[in-house]
Amino acid sequence: MGQTRTRSNVNLVGLTKADYNGNPTTLCQGCGHNSIASQLIQVGFELSLRPHEIIKMSGIGCSSKSPAYFLGQSHGFNSLHGRMPSISTGALIANHHLRGIGVSGDGDTASIGMGQFKHLVRRNVRMVYIVENNGVYGLTKGQFSATAEEGLKLKYAGKNDLPPIDICMEAILAGCGFVARSFSGDAKQVRELLKAALSHRGTAVLDIISPCVAFNNEDWSPKSYAYGKQNELPLHEIGFVPKRDEIEIEEYAPGEMRQVELHDGSLIQLRKLESDYDPTDQMGALHRLQWAEQKQEFITGLIYYNPDRPSLAEVCNLGETPLAQMQEDKLRPRPEALAQYMQELSG
Amino acid sequence: MGVLLEPAPAAAPAVHPNPIVNDFSFVVATENGTGSQTANLTILRALFKMGIPVNGKNIFPSNIQGLPTWYHIRVSKDGYVARRHTSELLIAFNEATVAEDIKNVPAGGVCLFNADWRNVPTREDITLYSIPVNMFVRETGLKGKLGNYIANMVYVGAVAHLFGIPLDYIEDALRFNFGGRQKLVDSNMAVVRAAYDWSVANIVKVDPYAVSRMNETSGMIMMTGNEAAALGAIFGGVNFVAWYPITPSTSLVDAINEYLPRFRTDKTTGEVTCAVIQAEDELAAMGMILGAGWAGTRSMTATSGPGISLMAEFTGMGYFAEIPAVVWNIQRVGPSTGLPTRTGQGDIIFTYYLGHGDSKNVILFPSSIKECFEFGTTSFNLAEMLQTPVFVLSDLDLGMNNWMSEPFTFPDEPLQRGKVLSAEEVNSKGFARYKDVDGDGITYRTLPGNENPRSAWFARGTGHNEKAGYSERPEDWYNNMERLARKFDTARKLVPGPVVQRMAGAKVGIIAVGTTEYAIEEARDRLVAANLPTNFMRLRALPINDEVSQFVAEHEYVYVVELNRDGQLHSILITEMPHLATKLRSIAYLDGMPLTARWLVEAVEAAEAQQEVL
Repeated sequence: MGQTRTRSNVNLVGLTKADYNGNPTTLCQGCGHNSIASQLIQVGFELSLRPHEIIKMSGIGCSSKSPAYFLGQSHGFNSLHGRMPSISTGALIANHHLRGIGVSGDGDTASIGMGQFKHLVRRNVRMVYIVENNGVYGLTKGQFSATAEEGLKLKYAGKNDLPPIDICMEAILAGCGFVARSFSGDAKQVRELLKAALSHRGTAVLDIISPCVAFNNEDWSPKSYAYGKQNELPLHEIGFVPKRDEIEIEEYAPGEMRQVELHDGSLIQLRKLESDYDPTDQMGALHRLQWAEQKQEFITGLIYYNPDRPSLAEVCNLGETPLAQMQEDKLRPRPEALAQYMQELSG
Repeated sequence: MGVLLEPAPAAAPAVHPNPIVNDFSFVVATENGTGSQTANLTILRALFKMGIPVNGKNIFPSNIQGLPTWYHIRVSKDGYVARRHTSELLIAFNEATVAEDIKNVPAGGVCLFNADWRNVPTREDITLYSIPVNMFVRETGLKGKLGNYIANMVYVGAVAHLFGIPLDYIEDALRFNFGGRQKLVDSNMAVVRAAYDWSVANIVKVDPYAVSRMNETSGMIMMTGNEAAALGAIFGGVNFVAWYPITPSTSLVDAINEYLPRFRTDKTTGEVTCAVIQAEDELAAMGMILGAGWAGTRSMTATSGPGISLMAEFTGMGYFAEIPAVVWNIQRVGPSTGLPTRTGQGDIIFTYYLGHGDSKNVILFPSSIKECFEFGTTSFNLAEMLQTPVFVLSDLDLGMNNWMSEPFTFPDEPLQRGKVLSAEEVNSKGFARYKDVDGDGITYRTLPGNENPRSAWFARGTGHNEKAGYSERPEDWYNNMERLARKFDTARKLVPGPVVQRMAGAKVGIIAVGTTEYAIEEARDRLVAANLPTNFMRLRALPINDEVSQFVAEHEYVYVVELNRDGQLHSILITEMPHLATKLRSIAYLDGMPLTARWLVEAVEAAEAQQEVL
């Protein structure tokens, strides 16, 4: 893919960073979504993901175009508006060895796709569900989405009189075990959250505020770059440590760090900026989100984490061989089985 | 069902001078939710095991408990299984409807009712029998719901006496229906016997209707179309099901769930070879089966009209992104919620063209439980070979009622998995997802998980070029849509062909699909007796092939018979064969009930009379 392979520029599976590229983006210059795609490329490389073990999923909208712009060696599916969850559920049960990376938007998730979103989370389908949230419909030139703040004024849409839907709260209420929020301008935090999310056993929801440079980037808009930079309130600094690396927790002073063990054994380290914040407290997380909304702040970081609930594939009792790889010997009972049953019915 | 251990005890013989044996219909009127279905199925099965051709149709309400329901059973020594217009006998066990039900009994008919009721209207021109139901229930000591359940066995005993059904057949049928649970068999049988004995002692049979053993059903099976479809799917290699409950399709997925542990779960490891997911709605069900089909499973859903409406957008995507999936539509009556518990063929046009823009879908039309079973394999094979959603249009009458059939035989067709490239084949053959390498319109695909980096492609509902890349170029759009049309022409050669039955000297043809077959067969026998021989072509699939246009061309004209208002199949056929349009005449009707031969004969005769005037 245009990059010479040397011992120093390949990862554990022998791929260069360029191997994780996709097609050139067609989104607007400066779009927050592009920065998220860049972090996915970086994360894929750093985690040594095998591209064929990943499927990239999306619905419809600006955000949903972006799976074309990363991991070009992975299969992908740009589905229907709001329907990424059902397509992903089918694909990830058909082949439960695959991991899904889904990219959706606030319209795709919080309006047309709200039902499917909540049911995907409820089923705990193993995928990273990214919402590139800008509070506005870009492709149709600037209507409010359901996540737009009450009172927000936009050039074309006028004033928004309705309260916003908080995607993180919806995810927590639907039983999600990994709920995080970030800001597309905060590359490091996005990257660390993506890494942790990829280790989660079920659905990991990342609500990433990703300003729309064309339709919602007035400095006073809570989903603009300027506002995001000024009002972002990280709950904690995050460091992701893959399972294969040595973990030397002694480095960190006790009291400043909290380690959360992910399902596959890797650790996520949170530097607590709020000493009393506990990401395993579901009620606390909801309360904190509500509080932040009232203060017109957005908190970032891992807001809620609970690895206990089994994924849908586990609930379905799937064996080692993916359903999609089964052949006639497993899929069709023997002729004697039919003959025996017919005998029972006609005897 | 075992062989009879002893000769059946002699039932009270029909003393009528001109008995009508094995050729009549009766209707059992009850309230739904009272367990009457068990009683009805017991009578149906007993008659079936007596070797008499029989068919039962449940005319039930969209309700859980307490509304009227009618179960029609036809016995026919000639093997006719279509619904009859009238039933000569009424088993009136619903006080709320008895007045109306009695009105519908034809002169010379029979009514058996509950002797505990007051104010049952009387009629001079029919035979009335009554039996004191409460007495038998009291004797069992059962109360409430259980009492209601057992009360239904009272009419089973009375009917056994009136028709002359030996009690051994009743007991065997109960054993079959209760899955061998002897305690249940015994308690029910006790009531049947008591009612039977009372009837023998107290009811003097004066009507002519009776049954007598035949040898027409030996070795045959009886099941519902939905059970047969489920079994067909199990033997057709289904390995992903997503669905949302909707009458009358629900029992299809229920049956899959019942069959899976027996037929498709590894006895030692417990490994599951099929996942079943109850979705949040039909829209999600369709999305799930397309996602799974894209990833490589043989995936299916079962639904009915309202569900098909919700699946429209996804179907268009499945057609355009070219993803295999199978959708069983057990048709009920629309538009809108319509008649959820009645039958029809009203979704033919909608399903054929389902999806906005230029889209067309392959449809299979089973008419029997045997075809429901066979199409289990055929539908998945077509879906995977053609890489497109395939619809199977059954209906409530076929899906939810019990039908006789020869036993199913193991499918001849192996599981066809279509043009799927392995990691090695991507290197040796090259890969461009939508490139028509073979000229049949069917392109090669790769599945997610394929280790070859060059196998990756991006499925999309947006305009695309041969490499699945996003494209708005006019020639890319045009060429791709032309190829899809070419693929649809390939489908014409792959789908099951029509079945033709001919009569000597026939100049008039009949074309139909699905379960109207049975009324048509019977009507043709009556029409030929009235000097109108007909040839009959039953289509088993859309799109049609050349056989259909040949059939139409060789007749003076052809009636297209169907259960809907607008003549939907007729519309499709004149669109597909515009040069033969004037030969195609629509006979379409729908009131929610299965077609009867009488209605069809009258409709054809009216059309013929019109013809003569012209």
